[in-house]
Amino acid sequence: MKRRFPLSIFNFQFFAFVKKEFFHIWRDKRTMFILLGMPVVQIVIFGYALTNEVKNANIAILDNSKDAATASLTTQLDASRYFALEKNIVTYKQIEEEFRKGKIKLAIVFPQHFGEDLQHFNKAQVQIIADAADPNTANQLANYATAIISDYQDRVTNDRRLPYTIDTEMRMLYNPQLKGAFNFVPGVMAMVLLLVCTMMTAITIVKEKEMGTMEVMLVSPMRPQMVVIAKAVPYLLLSTINITSILLLSVFALELPINGSLALLGFESILFTLVSLSLGLLISARAASQQTAMFISLVALFLPTIMLSGFMFPVENMPLPLRIISNIVPAKWYYSIVKSVMIKGLGIAGVWKETLILAGMMTFFLTMAIKRFKIRLA
Amino acid sequence: MNAVIVENIIKTYGKKKEVTALNDISFDVSQGELFGIIGPDGAGKTSLFRILTTLLLADSGKAMVDGYDVVKDYKAIRKRVGYMPGRFSLYPDLSVEENLNFFATIFNTSIKENYDLIKHIYVQIEPFKDRKAGKLSGGMKQKLALSCALIHRPSVLFLDEPTTGVDAVSRKEFWEMLKTLKEQGITILVSTPYMDEAGLCDRVALIQNGKILSINTPRGIVDSFSKPLWAVKSSRMLPLLKELLQEDFVEDAYPFGEFHHVVMKDQSDEPLLRQFIEDHNNDSAVLQAARPDIEDCFIALMKN
Repeated sequence: MKRRFPLSIFNFQFFAFVKKEFFHIWRDKRTMFILLGMPVVQIVIFGYALTNEVKNANIAILDNSKDAATASLTTQLDASRYFALEKNIVTYKQIEEEFRKGKIKLAIVFPQHFGEDLQHFNKAQVQIIADAADPNTANQLANYATAIISDYQDRVTNDRRLPYTIDTEMRMLYNPQLKGAFNFVPGVMAMVLLLVCTMMTAITIVKEKEMGTMEVMLVSPMRPQMVVIAKAVPYLLLSTINITSILLLSVFALELPINGSLALLGFESILFTLVSLSLGLLISARAASQQTAMFISLVALFLPTIMLSGFMFPVENMPLPLRIISNIVPAKWYYSIVKSVMIKGLGIAGVWKETLILAGMMTFFLTMAIKRFKIRLA
Repeated sequence: MNAVIVENIIKTYGKKKEVTALNDISFDVSQGELFGIIGPDGAGKTSLFRILTTLLLADSGKAMVDGYDVVKDYKAIRKRVGYMPGRFSLYPDLSVEENLNFFATIFNTSIKENYDLIKHIYVQIEPFKDRKAGKLSGGMKQKLALSCALIHRPSVLFLDEPTTGVDAVSRKEFWEMLKTLKEQGITILVSTPYMDEAGLCDRVALIQNGKILSINTPRGIVDSFSKPLWAVKSSRMLPLLKELLQEDFVEDAYPFGEFHHVVMKDQSDEPLLRQFIEDHNNDSAVLQAARPDIEDCFIALMKN
């Protein structure tokens, strides 16, 4: 008789099981297409459509002075990529009308004798009115406008000496162009991996229970840990493809740099994938129906990932209880690792704490999934 | 040696144990026997099979399969029994051959190793071996499921309602296959709601509401039916049944195919029945003696 390794999980049974899982995924073309296409679509949508950067906001200008200085400033505002001149208006009353119509986001008012005052008194005033119904945008626009105006002032005062000046010089580290992609690519990576791994694996064991195949499989020498781990292998591979396609897209389409080590980034991504897979398997081992499994993965994982990982809303600004809860969201740690490695270019020394936490989570979830695997039907 | 020993098994469901699926069941199945468990839906057949295949735990009682305890030695049992659940439980997106290969591998064997055992079944579906299991007809699905349950040469085979939802020809074929398997020395436990299949077993247990009504050979069960049985027919069947049940000499009457079967209280009451039919002669009534079969016995046992 041929000698086999009954204690090892890496035997023929294991490979037969993995092969079967691959068949399931491969033959369900629609699901596979969604799994592989989703990250691409998400990156493209986040990269080109959904962005909180302000571009070409419509502005109105009320120019009561009509001199060389205001004309020059108007041209500069219109020329910047943040603003587009919607309208020149003539009365103060019109400003509110335009805001009400929703046509403009910002209005700039030059008082009478703007240029003259600037020339003779070294001092002139300009009013910036913003639509603060959306406070973040209003703030941003006002800042941009101020920056353009002070830029102009610098040029005017260039040849003259002012008694006291403080030059503020800003440097935006790691992301000098303030691109939104630096923020959302790590977030999308966390989201996609979680979705593919947790939700799909959560469904997979439950599906066997629903189809009745679990009943047949239980009456066989298959070991629970083998079933659980074999279920995870194909999704690990699928996730590796997804990680690769996300990184390729962000580097070549969104021109995002990978400042740190690619190997480290890959390692951390696989670690996070394993955490998500274990979590999915744990849900799967306990849930009774596919709907339950899906519901748990959505409500208990997907929402916290979006809300509490720091990807959409900064965790630092949250009240203490939420900040504490955010610590048990695996995506938070992964998100922070990706930002550190990819954008800041840190090495393992900079992310060892997060890495350890993720490794701990994986061990915990996987052990629980295997322990909680039901060896009987009820 | 007995292949299956069941002693005082009780199984209830629900938080307050309000549903009793198996109520103190005991029986033995000897090695190489084809043992039938016959009973209507909800009698407890599936619960019993799941306890014996280690999938469920009984509330109390003891069961041994092939010399192993179903609770303590569940791992050993899982290696040596074959189980075919009542519902089709193979992978519909895998082909016939892939399904069989998969089950062979997880039992640490190969199709080649045990091909002789499944050959007479598998040759019938082999022309469709590349077809997805989900696209097979009902009869072919059963044959594939049986092949998968047999591929590791089990010592005891559990078949839970294998012929439910299968056409009459396939059912007949299926029982032929079981006979061939029995010749190979495999102990087979088969459950079915069809009374006419009882005669094909070596011994049967009639089960109803979690209780075993009788265990005997099919012959023995029929022989134990001691009361006289008649079959009657007329052009007005429903009123006939009602009137029969009102007669004192009638123990029981129930529809049976195109006839009503009438169980008499006593042999000596025959003239009374003849008189009764005489009175109904204008409805072209027919009276003839009937030979009891398993269904008659089951109905009689149920009434007691």
